[in-house]
Amino acid sequence: MYNHMVVGERRVPEAERTDLLFHALADATRRDIVRLVLHGEHSVSDLARRYPMSFAAVQKHVAVLERADLITKHQQGRERMVRGRIDAVRDVNRLLDELEASWRDRMQRFGDVLAEPDEGEHR
Amino acid sequence: MTVTDVHKDPTALTMTVASEWNAPIARVWQLWADPRKLERWWGPPTYPATVVEHDLRPGGKVSYFMTSPDGEQYHGWWKVVAVEEPHRLDLEDGFADTEGNPIDTMPTMQSTVTFDELPTGATRMLIETRFPSVEAMDQMIQMGMEEGLTSAMGQIGAILATA
Repeated sequence: MYNHMVVGERRVPEAERTDLLFHALADATRRDIVRLVLHGEHSVSDLARRYPMSFAAVQKHVAVLERADLITKHQQGRERMVRGRIDAVRDVNRLLDELEASWRDRMQRFGDVLAEPDEGEHR
Repeated sequence: MTVTDVHKDPTALTMTVASEWNAPIARVWQLWADPRKLERWWGPPTYPATVVEHDLRPGGKVSYFMTSPDGEQYHGWWKVVAVEEPHRLDLEDGFADTEGNPIDTMPTMQSTVTFDELPTGATRMLIETRFPSVEAMDQMIQMGMEEGLTSAMGQIGAILATA
């Protein structure tokens, strides 16, 4: 039985937005920042303390992430707070969904070939 | 039995597909080790795969191409990083030009396939795919789509039903 899921919704992003997103996530520090702020807000200075780089460098990373819409910033007292945007991360998830679909297809065929009698075996 | 679990980690850029098969481990291994069997499941019916080279030894190369309905060929390769028959296979997976030569400017992905014998005599297979970057993942998946791997999704059921 062919029972795998149908991927209904296709990703149709604006090319430019996708570029920004991929550029933003291409860096390990930026990926780490996203992971962190998805789980809770952090101030820019708190983020800066976590990485072995200058405050300015971290600020730059945060700016790249903000342009890509992966995070949002807001003022809280004297601190600039950074929060992750789960929707944007879902775009990456969607890519993985496509990969998953291709592997589910493959595994379906894998099972079909495996189910054949031994005599079909080539050695 | 078939796919039992798919774990996707968007921040680590990995995907793991777990599956279980009611077959001895040696038979499951054969589907990777026998090029004639491999080509029957690697590509979809609409983009059949043809395995050209198949040297499943450490440092060995597996090369293949997939043929589109228009007759266009898409070439790919694996570099065999490590082999432990019938338990483990480490592969680097990439794209090739029409002559079958690896395209250096294209990203590659790393795959680890492990096979485990279950007490029931069934076999568990885990396929872990790792991408070096989001761009690489995007590029690989876009290419895969061109190859019809992530086939025009809704249609594939119908195609298989008539195959």
